Amino acid sequence: MSDYDVVIGLEVHAQLQTNTKLFCGCSTAFGAQSNTQTCPVCLGLPGALPVLNSKAVDMAIRTGLALNCSITTPNQFARKNYFYPDLPKGYQISQFDRPICEHGWVDIELDQGGQRVRICRAHLEEDAGKNMHQTGVGVSHVDMNRCGMPLLEIVTEPDLRSSDGAVVYLKTLRDTLVYLEVCDGNMEEGSMRCEPNVSLKPKGQEAFGTKVELKNINSFKFVKHALDYEIQRQAAVLTDGGKITQETRSWDPERGISVVMRSKEEAHDYRYFPEPDLLPVEIPEETINALRDRLPELSKAKCERFITEYALPPYDAALLTSSRPLADYFEACVAGFQNPKTVSNWVMGELLHALKNDNIDVGSSPMKPDRLVALMTLVEDQTISLKTAREIFLDLFRSQQAPADFVQERGLTQISDDGALETLIDDIVRKHPSQCAEYQGGNEKLLGFFVGQVMKSSKGKANPQKVNTLLQQRLASEKVAT
Amino acid sequence: MSLNHLTIHEASDGISKGTFSSAELTQAVHQHIARVDATVHAYQTVLPNARPNTYALRANAGNATSVLQGIPVAIKDNICTENVVTTCGSRMLENFVPPYSATVMTRLEDHGAVLVGKTNMDEFAMGSSTEHSAFEPTRNPWDPQRIPGGSSGGSAAAVAAHECIASLGSDTGGSIRQPAACCGVVGLKPTYGRVSRYGLVAYASSLDQIGPLTKDVTDAAIMFEVIAGYDSHDSTSVTMPVPEISRSLHRDMTDIRIGIPDEYFGDGLDAEVEAGVRAALEVLSARGAKTKVVSLPATPYGIATYYLIATAEASSNLARYDGVKYGYRSAEAQDLMEMYRQTRREGFGAEAKRRIMLGTYALSAGYYDEYYGKAQQARTMIRADFEAAFQEVDVIITPTTPTPAFRLGEKLNDPLQMYLSDIYTISANLAGFPAISVPCGFSHDGLPIGMQVMGRWFDELTILQVAFAFEQETNWHLRRAPLSEVGDA
Repeated sequence: MSDYDVVIGLEVHAQLQTNTKLFCGCSTAFGAQSNTQTCPVCLGLPGALPVLNSKAVDMAIRTGLALNCSITTPNQFARKNYFYPDLPKGYQISQFDRPICEHGWVDIELDQGGQRVRICRAHLEEDAGKNMHQTGVGVSHVDMNRCGMPLLEIVTEPDLRSSDGAVVYLKTLRDTLVYLEVCDGNMEEGSMRCEPNVSLKPKGQEAFGTKVELKNINSFKFVKHALDYEIQRQAAVLTDGGKITQETRSWDPERGISVVMRSKEEAHDYRYFPEPDLLPVEIPEETINALRDRLPELSKAKCERFITEYALPPYDAALLTSSRPLADYFEACVAGFQNPKTVSNWVMGELLHALKNDNIDVGSSPMKPDRLVALMTLVEDQTISLKTAREIFLDLFRSQQAPADFVQERGLTQISDDGALETLIDDIVRKHPSQCAEYQGGNEKLLGFFVGQVMKSSKGKANPQKVNTLLQQRLASEKVAT
Repeated sequence: MSLNHLTIHEASDGISKGTFSSAELTQAVHQHIARVDATVHAYQTVLPNARPNTYALRANAGNATSVLQGIPVAIKDNICTENVVTTCGSRMLENFVPPYSATVMTRLEDHGAVLVGKTNMDEFAMGSSTEHSAFEPTRNPWDPQRIPGGSSGGSAAAVAAHECIASLGSDTGGSIRQPAACCGVVGLKPTYGRVSRYGLVAYASSLDQIGPLTKDVTDAAIMFEVIAGYDSHDSTSVTMPVPEISRSLHRDMTDIRIGIPDEYFGDGLDAEVEAGVRAALEVLSARGAKTKVVSLPATPYGIATYYLIATAEASSNLARYDGVKYGYRSAEAQDLMEMYRQTRREGFGAEAKRRIMLGTYALSAGYYDEYYGKAQQARTMIRADFEAAFQEVDVIITPTTPTPAFRLGEKLNDPLQMYLSDIYTISANLAGFPAISVPCGFSHDGLPIGMQVMGRWFDELTILQVAFAFEQETNWHLRRAPLSEVGDA
């Protein structure tokens, strides 16, 4: 293995989160019944014509800008011609020599330091349908719901040197796409698909080896498995003196191996030519500038700002900025509650725990920032104790109630009133004269005993700090009185 | 005179004055179809007249103020009509019933036009004689031994035989104008982008344009106004407003400068056709128009350029006919590849296959630059020629076809000869500008001759005004084809 350098490039298909398809008004909602989200355009009926979804163009530009790409104007759609049952027109509308985004980069953090991964291009294209094969009956069906879904294909230069690097790149890219709200980044549902190409070359050699493309990788976990398998496979072939065949291989996650899909000889001639049904897409400079101005802060910048602006430990900042909804949640809380570290503790602790417990994402949390702020304020102004707040969190989380009402109804309000506490303390001191004498004799550890007794008699509602202070004063004054 | 002989504007007058009803007019059209269409075969599908079809029903609720209200029209069979079979002249779509209507069809309906039927055509609009229809050739109403032109031969013959009041065709390299000339009717190809292509089964997307075939120039203007205009379903349609041409047809010719390109009056041009067009130019000169010889040096590249671009686009446009979703599927096939091969082998005719193969070749790796790329360069040159010429003249006048209608079978086995039928019409498609063919005489054996008037981009107004001025001075458009008179009392 160590005799070879690994060279990896990645093609990622990101499904853009538009409401409608790339060239028609059909819904993009996931999981609908087969062939219910179709129309003459996405079914490729004779005479139907594509009309470009401008939302998808905006999303592509936003992504391009976030990936430091230049935006091509005019960019142009092209037809990629091939026959397949899930491709109703017999061609896919894609982009070829004038992709919307070109020449960008993504910086990634690896154990051995930072690396810049160059982005060769990102282009818009429509998705195909889905073939459904029933085994044994000799009949296949096609679901056209996916036909015409908007995809952005993001292609790197062959800059990656390990499977770990590829995974880090993918995660960084996914973070960015999710932050931009252009893609949900869900590999399992297929809204983000990854097709790596891999080649090996003897250590130190300049020229690249023959590359192999991998398909059918539908989770982050499989990316590493598939790449490691392929690296081992190629290394074994080369070590035996063999040659790598240029081919496309399909990953079989169940068997943990890849199998040949097609060789170079079987590769298609796609006969690309400019799509005559769509005009070249002119993108005015003002549009690009307006979209650039509205780009959200991305995770890396946000993390750094959280450290400086909120004085958070790097660990907290990294965790809180790991997703944009979580960071937004945190900031919404900070807007209403002045102690960022306290907010961070609650969000990273109780909140994330409850979300995970109930399998909810932060965007749909029933505990909105205003309720968490209200809860933290109850602790802050000593209406309830921190301990109580923690105990009631899950129930409060699942309810729709305002924390103040919740606490009120259950009688959890803490006793902080000096007079009330002194009454309780009087009572306890009087009931325990021997312990009192012992304390006054110098055994100050007994203070804990008294606090415990007061808390018990208040059914936990007494403010423990105040109890502490008042008890010390009271026991000291007893001593004087004696 | 029977009602079916009327023009749109005459029939509209009659209906609005209560002289006759739309039903009587439509009845007359249907009776004439029954009399002659077994000979002409202009129609691929005739909609039943006896029971109201959805189109007639909607027509009754249509716009009473439109001049098209209640007018029976025929539509080329490559224009989608909801719930009415749209074959495109192909076995492949023999039973294809579109679930939607083309924008032009919707516009006609909105104006109250009555759909009589769908007209025969060369398969997928590939041809110049309508002999490439997968079903039966259409005959020329002036001489049933001759072709009506193509590919909109059915639409031209239906108008010439008075089997409808007006019709729509489509024009990719001359497919409206060449049959109009062959059948002695008016045929207008609007500027590319003027008329929505949504619902027109694509042959060559960058060249296709829908337009009217009519009995006179006024009708062409009326039909054009209805079908033209921006459509959000077609990204190549333009937002430019459509002028009210039909009320502005009268124009003084003294400020019109006519360009006459030498390249269009050379070898291969029939002497009688040339004489007819030259005489027509005299008529316009007499009205005060100035004529000037112009040069279009890239003309010789027209045919080659067209047959590379059109076939390249066609090879892609026709890929969808694969037997998977709709249309013909071979019953023989045992697996996927066999299904594709057999379906396309059995479903397409010889000319469609020839063009698919030509286009596939032109786009193939290693040949793209040499063929498709070169053709795009030549297209730019041809366009530049015309742009330069239109700096000096307002319209360019040429013959529409090199010869009058030829005999059935005469060129069927000689594709190159067949392709030359479009030599004068192709440039308008390659450059995108509008062109009209109007009747301008007859050969010694009684076959119509057509004159082509080409204009600047989006200047349909001027070419229609020139055509109208010519029509005012002549009676060629009033002659009736023998088959239009059959059964006429």
